[in-house]
Amino acid sequence: MEIREIIISLFYLIASFLFIFGIKRLSSPATARMGNIYSAIGMLIAVVATLLNKNIVSFEYILLGIVVGSAIGAYMALKVAMTDMPQMVGLLNGFGGGASAFVALSEFYQKIGPDVAPDIKAAVAISISLLIGSVTFTGSLIAFGKLQGIVTGKVVKFPLQNQLNILLILALITLIVLAVIYPQEQIYYLTIIGISLLVGVLLVLPIGGADMPVAISLLNSYSGMAAAATGFVIDNNMLIIAGSLVGASGIILTNIMCKAMNRSLMNVLLGGWDNTASSSAVSGGKDVVIKSVDSEEAASIFDAASSVIVVPGYGMAVAQAQHAVKELMDVLEKRGISVKFAVHPVAGRMPGHMNILLAESNVPYDKLYALEDINDDFKTTDVSLVIGANDVVNPAARSNPESPIYGMPILNVDYSRTVIVVKRSMAAGYAGIDNDLFGLDNTFMYFGDAKDAITKLNNELKNM
Amino acid sequence: MSDLFFMVYVFVLAGFVGFELINKVPPTLHTPLMSGSNAISGITIVGALVASGALHATEHATLATVLGVFAVAFATINVVGGYLVTDRMLKMFKKKK
Repeated sequence: MEIREIIISLFYLIASFLFIFGIKRLSSPATARMGNIYSAIGMLIAVVATLLNKNIVSFEYILLGIVVGSAIGAYMALKVAMTDMPQMVGLLNGFGGGASAFVALSEFYQKIGPDVAPDIKAAVAISISLLIGSVTFTGSLIAFGKLQGIVTGKVVKFPLQNQLNILLILALITLIVLAVIYPQEQIYYLTIIGISLLVGVLLVLPIGGADMPVAISLLNSYSGMAAAATGFVIDNNMLIIAGSLVGASGIILTNIMCKAMNRSLMNVLLGGWDNTASSSAVSGGKDVVIKSVDSEEAASIFDAASSVIVVPGYGMAVAQAQHAVKELMDVLEKRGISVKFAVHPVAGRMPGHMNILLAESNVPYDKLYALEDINDDFKTTDVSLVIGANDVVNPAARSNPESPIYGMPILNVDYSRTVIVVKRSMAAGYAGIDNDLFGLDNTFMYFGDAKDAITKLNNELKNM
Repeated sequence: MSDLFFMVYVFVLAGFVGFELINKVPPTLHTPLMSGSNAISGITIVGALVASGALHATEHATLATVLGVFAVAFATINVVGGYLVTDRMLKMFKKKK
């Protein structure tokens, strides 16, 4: 090994270390920001070390790619609203996957010629890298489209869907075998790309809006796997380490999201709850009597309370109500009322979605509690305020074995003395079932857009 | 072939490290964890730089370079966008005063 290669390898080692160390620092809010910076420094070191590679002879194309990429990346990162973070992460996953596929394809064209072809290892690595990269790319674009409202957020099902998927997967396996046997034939590689792009679409299209936390986590894992596959293509351990770390991270989050819904990954991927179970049968067909309150009545309920737990959901994000909610917290605390936030793992459209919104509006993170840490506190709480959440507070998950969401861990808001539900209408949640909570004696519905409703409530409280 | 086995070892061991590290990340930080780890997956840029900047001697040299430039642009969006947006989120996390 010549001295230049040794230096490059050492830099790669330092970069790998910084990635691991950076992720370790991400485990506490106090050190997380530095952790991310360590990881970014690792990336910078990796890039600089690569530019020392003696095979790199021209820098103008590199510069072009970096300038264009940096401009687009920075613009997106600085402009995106916190509420749109799920789309943003979805899109970034896609670019990562796309980059892996481009590298693999470029590598393939560097390796074929009239009398040369990739060896077995390269052929396998390139095929798999093309596959994962392409699936991640279109899958992420569809996820982005669903979150942005361009593609339907509904569960999409069509006849022979599973048969088609199985057929495509068999075709991919066959093509990879062919690509390895005939490594000089570009048609096999290009067909792998085409089918993988289609599989990416078909993989995410059936997934419903509220299952997006699972889809985004899974695509995150794929983007890591794609990077690791590229590492096998270009014989680089640092890529394998970094990609494997990210792949593991995505798998863990996917698993947490599935557990939080008491469903298997397969069930989520194949399009969610069986909505054919009629909702009236589920709720026993009884007429639910609901009581609604206006802002003045809601304010008087809060006025009499000494402890409040706020349960935010996707409705808070849609209405951009996080700042009004923070103001409510301030108003209540000024009156000596204790305020906590209970965040269900799948509230919102990606893991931790509610947490970043509340952080944006300056709610201290030590007021946010995870499901298992707060669930016992509801029975000693005066008022639970549910804002735009539905299925995650449905007591049927605990009590009704007939319910499609039975067994899903929920926030036990119904145990608190009074529940106020802020909701736009009586429409059912994502699972398409009635929520028994709304008909309970201690529940009051406070109809309206979350932002308007909370703002009005704040004004009433301030005038009291 | 022993190279390949070595790489698989690295892949598996790094995966274990990942599992251990990420299991400790609290739910509050799940979104930044995701965007931050996503930025790390932009490490593909290393392959992209070589693909776009190296002199290729095969008949598809130009195509290989063009694909490399696209790879650099995509990976850079991933890296720059990922780290910046993660930093934007993390600087919002504040403790009670």
